Amino acid sequence: MSTTTRDSDIRGRKARKAQRGARVQGYRPADFVWRRDADRCALCKRCVQQCGFDAISWENEPVADPAKCVGCHRCEAMCPQRAITIEPNPQYLRPHPLWTESHRKNLWLQAETGGVLVSGMGNDLPYPIIWDSLLLDACQVTNPSIDPLREPMELRTYLGRRPDQVEVAMTLEGPDLAAELPPNLELAVPVLFAAMSYGSISLNAQKAIAMAAEELGTYWNTGEGGLHEDLKPYAHRAFVQCASGRFGVTVDYLNSGAAVEIKIGQGAKPGIGGHLPGEKVSAEVSETRMIPVGSDALSPAPQHDIYSIEDLRQLIYALKEATNYEKPVSVKIAAVHNVAAIASGIVRAGADIVYLDGFRGGTGAAPTIIRDHLGIPIEIAVAVVDQQLREEGIRNQASLIAAGGIRSSADAAKAIALGADAVALGTAALLALGCTLCQKCYTGRCSWGITTQDPALTRRLDPYVGSRRLVNLVRAWAAELEEILGAMGVNAIESLRGSRERLRAVGLDRTTMDVMGVKPAGVGA
Amino acid sequence: MRIDAREMHYRELNQRIQEAVAAGERSLELVNVNGQRYIGDGLRDDVQIVIEGVPGNDLGAFMDGPTIRVRGNAQDAVANTMNAGRIVVEGQAGDVLGYGMRGGELLVRGRVGYRVGIHMKAYRDKRPVIVAGGTAGDFLGEYMAGGLLIVLGLERRREEPLVGDWCATGMHGGALYLRGEVEPWRVASESAEVRLTEDSDREEIRPHVEAFCQAFGLDSKEVMREQFLRIAPTSHRPYGAKYAT
Repeated sequence: MSTTTRDSDIRGRKARKAQRGARVQGYRPADFVWRRDADRCALCKRCVQQCGFDAISWENEPVADPAKCVGCHRCEAMCPQRAITIEPNPQYLRPHPLWTESHRKNLWLQAETGGVLVSGMGNDLPYPIIWDSLLLDACQVTNPSIDPLREPMELRTYLGRRPDQVEVAMTLEGPDLAAELPPNLELAVPVLFAAMSYGSISLNAQKAIAMAAEELGTYWNTGEGGLHEDLKPYAHRAFVQCASGRFGVTVDYLNSGAAVEIKIGQGAKPGIGGHLPGEKVSAEVSETRMIPVGSDALSPAPQHDIYSIEDLRQLIYALKEATNYEKPVSVKIAAVHNVAAIASGIVRAGADIVYLDGFRGGTGAAPTIIRDHLGIPIEIAVAVVDQQLREEGIRNQASLIAAGGIRSSADAAKAIALGADAVALGTAALLALGCTLCQKCYTGRCSWGITTQDPALTRRLDPYVGSRRLVNLVRAWAAELEEILGAMGVNAIESLRGSRERLRAVGLDRTTMDVMGVKPAGVGA
Repeated sequence: MRIDAREMHYRELNQRIQEAVAAGERSLELVNVNGQRYIGDGLRDDVQIVIEGVPGNDLGAFMDGPTIRVRGNAQDAVANTMNAGRIVVEGQAGDVLGYGMRGGELLVRGRVGYRVGIHMKAYRDKRPVIVAGGTAGDFLGEYMAGGLLIVLGLERRREEPLVGDWCATGMHGGALYLRGEVEPWRVASESAEVRLTEDSDREEIRPHVEAFCQAFGLDSKEVMREQFLRIAPTSHRPYGAKYAT
């Protein structure tokens, strides 16, 4: 390669960068219309104060700028007079099946800005949802169901490596395990909270999640944002993440958690790093991440010390050495096409937990095009990974966490039947905290105080109330899981794990059923 | 205390180091070291370790305080996510040195490999420093977020580049100092800019160059006589303008 080529290449890049700044305004219709019932309105200005996006201004009465309204419904929820309604902007464009509204709007925005589209939360395109094509079995006559109201039901499960065989030795007190078991985490319910960093979400949101995990006997996950001082009392219930930016990672941090997690990828943005914009790096966020205030917190796309399974093994054991082999090490990956072979490599590299995040997993910010078009469904990923590990005889060496679009206890039960040990809730947890899925997390202006660092907004989220709501949600799901298990005649969640025989498919094609190891409805045992 | 590492697995070696330190030992000599990984991994306290031989990957990973001197070459990933302490390598060192390093010092007498100083960062009084006596490979200081990276290029062969390609890509903090000339196309111009050093810059690196020369018995005045280039990021937000908002 000659010097001249390089120079012209650099000039080209510089020119492209310069052009990005040139914004060209144009017409883009609003997503929502904001209506106020003037007869009901008490002119209290609360809607003006409540909007995190400055969409409502005061001109002797509240006036909304529809172009700024993100449809988060905060003003509507907080209006004491119930005078506000937010509706989708009615048919303003001629419908077109190919050039959908969102394609047209995205295209116009890019014509205006020349920038990469960004979104928050998970993929919102109507791909098939396989959960909705799977049905669980139930007992009738020949195999009695179990009544969870009077029979004990076991939802407890463990995450971590299991020994290849159990050795028992006779002692004076009776038989006992001969070998020491690898470190395992005990979960009272097969549900954890997904990785969401302080920075992407507010401290109050993370506190609510940590407190709920403690009360529920399960675990939360720091994400790649370090551990805030206030959350140290909950660290023994945390997966502490070590990712490509190494934010806040010290030997004390690693040892404070219940488990250490290496984050390779995330379902919403497989193969993409994280950019926490400088605006979100407040003084407090900077302390937890251990970086300067206002600096972008860039997590490079790959960890530049991991280019192979052998490199991954090196980091897994670096972490085990740093934590004296007392903590299980989890590896989180996005579900991608070759996920089964990758997961097998991860287990052979020494991971104790494999965390699979499906293509519908949420994010604080991701390029929309990545979020909406990369990865595979968690339903398929968990099934093929479980199958691969079983075939290789190494399923006992690691536990599987399934995440990325678990909406209900039914999804959780189906994930477990497909092979997961537990499921992780991200979006579902944020919904419980008040999120309405407006997908504007990346702006840092969340009116509900969840994905923002603005103190005026974050104080809206009371961590005690939030924690109560999360505990309620998971307790409700636990009760439903007991009902499901009872109906299936199973009295322990671990007995359902990988039990694909208890699933049937409706409307799935033959190939997908084969890949997942699930029979069509109507076919008996 | 002296530990003979001959034919010893790293786990046993590191356990013995941990136990010795826990028992109050502050000075350790490891002999016959031959590729054992993770020496000093997560080690705290004011401990002095001298290594005879070639330690394996991840020397001093997550380390928080100790001083290690290697009487030989070192392999990859030295000072990975190091928080505090000092590592001195008398020979050369491999790839991915100082990844995510937040504090402390890494001094390598000879050449260093690819991807050195990726995502080094600074925080409050913590300012990590890497000084390479020889030349450096590709991707030096990629995603660098803080601290100081100094490449001296001592005993450089004719035609041998001081640094490899894609230097300072995605750089958004800290500073890189190169002693000698570098072809402009090797430096990522979209994230960083190169200029000649001024007196104040030279004062910034002088204590570190002196420490390096002292560690290896070199004349720092001689080393400092040469012209240095300074590479610094153009923005703390290199990708701020990339997105449509």
